[in-house]
Amino acid sequence: MQPKEIVVPTSSISMLRRPDPLADTQMTVSLGPQHPSTHGVLRLELVLDGETVVNAIPDIGYLHTGIEKTMEKEKWQQVVTITCRMDYLNSMGNDLGYCLAVEKLMGVEVPKRAQDLRVLLTELNRLSSHLVWFGTHAMDLGAMTAFFYAFTERERILDIFECVSGARLHQSYFIIGGVRWDIPENFPALVRDLLDRFRNFLDECRRLVTGNRIFQRRTKGVGVISKKDAIDWGLSGPTIRGSGVNWDVRKAEPYSGYDTYDFRVPVYHDGDVWSRYLVRMDEMEESVKICYEALDRLKGSGSVMADHPKLNLPERDLMKQHIDVMIHHFLLASEGFTVPIGEVYQSIESARGELGYYVVSDGAERPYRVRVRAPSYVNLSALPAMVEGQLLADVVAVIGSIDIVLGDVDR
Amino acid sequence: MSENDQEIQHPAPFPRYADTSLIRGKFADTIQEIIEAIGEITLVVRREGLIELMTFLRDEPSLRFDYLSDIGGLDLGEFASPRFAVAYQLYSLDLNHRLRVKVFLEEDDAHLPTLWNVWKTSNWLEREIFDMFGIVFDNHPDLRRILMPADYEGYPLRKDFPIKGY
Repeated sequence: MQPKEIVVPTSSISMLRRPDPLADTQMTVSLGPQHPSTHGVLRLELVLDGETVVNAIPDIGYLHTGIEKTMEKEKWQQVVTITCRMDYLNSMGNDLGYCLAVEKLMGVEVPKRAQDLRVLLTELNRLSSHLVWFGTHAMDLGAMTAFFYAFTERERILDIFECVSGARLHQSYFIIGGVRWDIPENFPALVRDLLDRFRNFLDECRRLVTGNRIFQRRTKGVGVISKKDAIDWGLSGPTIRGSGVNWDVRKAEPYSGYDTYDFRVPVYHDGDVWSRYLVRMDEMEESVKICYEALDRLKGSGSVMADHPKLNLPERDLMKQHIDVMIHHFLLASEGFTVPIGEVYQSIESARGELGYYVVSDGAERPYRVRVRAPSYVNLSALPAMVEGQLLADVVAVIGSIDIVLGDVDR
Repeated sequence: MSENDQEIQHPAPFPRYADTSLIRGKFADTIQEIIEAIGEITLVVRREGLIELMTFLRDEPSLRFDYLSDIGGLDLGEFASPRFAVAYQLYSLDLNHRLRVKVFLEEDDAHLPTLWNVWKTSNWLEREIFDMFGIVFDNHPDLRRILMPADYEGYPLRKDFPIKGY
């Protein structure tokens, strides 16, 4: 290919009049895996023509830890400790999806109180996950302050998780049949305090970032994906709702009693980064609403574990009197319980989209196969379609807007 | 374990699962079996005619499975025949129902036609199954390893792959 000449004003020094070696050539740039704006260890191979992206090839797998393989070796109840390590920002949701799938296989009915607790905690987790997104997304686009505000508030949510489960990130608080134990006494007060502040905090965030003209110009009309393409590529969660598809698993296929809560599903129609931003900001407000309602339902007391002989260890007194109870206890503690033969696909709405568990049981005490439909994985596969023809600087905005977690992508 | 938990009471299936009476006759050669269990419907189909069936499921107005949720691979064990199964989870955004389509494959003939032209979602999902199980998707636009390194040998999610790796 013949190199083009640079057009320079005639008044310039004639020394500059030489052919530009880079004109008409495409350059391949590797973005990541250690780039802070790739939100983990994503590597993008970008083919650039000047500053315009011609092609983007995601290279993933840096965080692949074989979680699906490991699940096949753990007992049913032990798997809960691994599920939360996939999407580490939305760990409660990950546990919930797995527990629901196994409960469906076993036909276990979870008590009301445990369901309310699950709803409350997954919504709090959605808030904390969206806060990480909000902080990092704004920071990628140059708004540093938002990051500190968001993480300060997220810290308070993690404190609540620590209070209820003892762990801040990998709680493993939901187990098959219910939740691990009942809430401590100071829990409702802590949550109410957080929620009361949260609306004001959201207003603050909106004043800080939403009204920011630089932020708007960096996001409006960037990374557009149409409604038809969004469905074809299998996007889910806030990413598809930013393209005008009104689909939320919590509404479409309610689980854990979500159909009894009063909330709205925010939908925006432009399909750009800005729309996805607005969807998540509105979603946080709806989550706060759900949290208030769930918290009200938690007044009083009740069982938090399904009354099922396989899921509960027998009472200590009975165990000392009857040999069969003793054997039952011994088998449960050493070998675990079995789950009837069958296969189910259970999906929930995680903070990132449709999180599906395809669980196959062969009747043994370990899962035969657990296949995870990770929302980030599928959303990321549409990234090349979103960034082609965009500027290099906008790639960062688009990555932030689909809110991937690489632990969820690679598993 | 108590003896009376054989009668498992499953909650009423929600969402609705698809009405398969329409395709039963139309694809009599492709569909081997229709299983209803635990409130979910599974079509067990042959590989031949898979694309036609899927295109029909996507376009038929009374089914309209416009959304491919997931493709999951399954290894039934080293000595099983057929050895592999691939399960497609379909979902309809308009009609809010689900369907699972399952294909069984022999080990020495582990090929499937790609669904890239039906749903673009299948691009990465098929690549992952190729990566993890070694099932080849014919005519796939970009069939490379995705999670494992490009020069990796072996298929990690097969049952004869040791859990600690090679």
